[in-house]
Amino acid sequence: MSRSARTALLLAAAAGIGVLLVLAFGLLPHFGTAHHPYGDRAVATALHDRHTANVVSSVNFDQRALDTLGEEFILFASVLGALVLLRPGRDEVEFTRNGDHLVDRSHQPGQVLDTVRLLGYLLLPVTMLVGWYIVVHGAITPGGGFQGGIVLATGLHLLYLAGDYRALRALSPIRPLDVGEAVAAGAFVLVGLTGTVLAGGFLTNFLPTGTLRSLTSGGTVPLLNTVVGIEVAAGIVLLLARFFEQDLRIRTDDHGGTR
Amino acid sequence: MTALVATALTLVALAGTAVVLTAEPGRQAVTLSVFGLLLSVLFVLLGAPDVALSQLAVGSAALPLMVLLTVDKIRRGHPGAPTRPGDPGDRGDR
Repeated sequence: MSRSARTALLLAAAAGIGVLLVLAFGLLPHFGTAHHPYGDRAVATALHDRHTANVVSSVNFDQRALDTLGEEFILFASVLGALVLLRPGRDEVEFTRNGDHLVDRSHQPGQVLDTVRLLGYLLLPVTMLVGWYIVVHGAITPGGGFQGGIVLATGLHLLYLAGDYRALRALSPIRPLDVGEAVAAGAFVLVGLTGTVLAGGFLTNFLPTGTLRSLTSGGTVPLLNTVVGIEVAAGIVLLLARFFEQDLRIRTDDHGGTR
Repeated sequence: MTALVATALTLVALAGTAVVLTAEPGRQAVTLSVFGLLLSVLFVLLGAPDVALSQLAVGSAALPLMVLLTVDKIRRGHPGAPTRPGDPGDRGDR
């Protein structure tokens, strides 16, 4: 297709989408109003029916859990794809022990300000705790598996800021994280299938919903939050570990490399 | 819409434009990180603290880190490419 034809196609499609969007915006409820047809129903269901204080979690992991399953596998597939792209190429060598380049490239403790290093080590356990707190309280307070998982994963990289790449590597073992990510992603489906068997619908909440605002309230909501938390944390740590390896530990082979 | 939300929206729009107008990927990682921070402030103001938290971790930390690592790797991956940023011959991949 010629350039002008492509431009014409783009403009026609953009105009079409633009018109549809403007038409759709006209039918939306007003910005920031207290009542919303879906909102009112979702809140009522979450609070009275499912005993889930965090209505957002109730929508994500119970009322519309199927959407979240898709979202979880989008993340899973993206991490998988990125990991495949980031593997060492044919003309690249990976330093598996303390080769010259590893010592050279890994930031040595002396290169980081003492205050930054101290702060990194002090904040590491705090962020880990906050991360898990956000994961397990997903049914009660703002947050959940995605948010807590990403806090856990980024919090771990305080070790890199503290200049301790070696400790970061020791705390992010590739193999267990690999397995953990896959098992956690599969567990989401398994919970869904259990719902099919026990409650008659895929991802239907089959556990007792407990008392509102207690840690175990919401039935399958905290369970799904936990597996998502593990999947997200493991996935992001794996992804960043691969990026670090590519940058710090993999070199183009001097003898065979022509790239 | 309150004045606070309007201000945050304007700042997000400005920061987003700044990200687009930053040509050099290494610097773009920094503007992207600032954009992520402003976006999470907007989410807090709109009553979505949980989304803000993810946005803060992904947009201000994880994503810029990936960009920086990639830029660093590409810069050193090209044979004959300057090893230090800012070298006179440094071009293209910076």
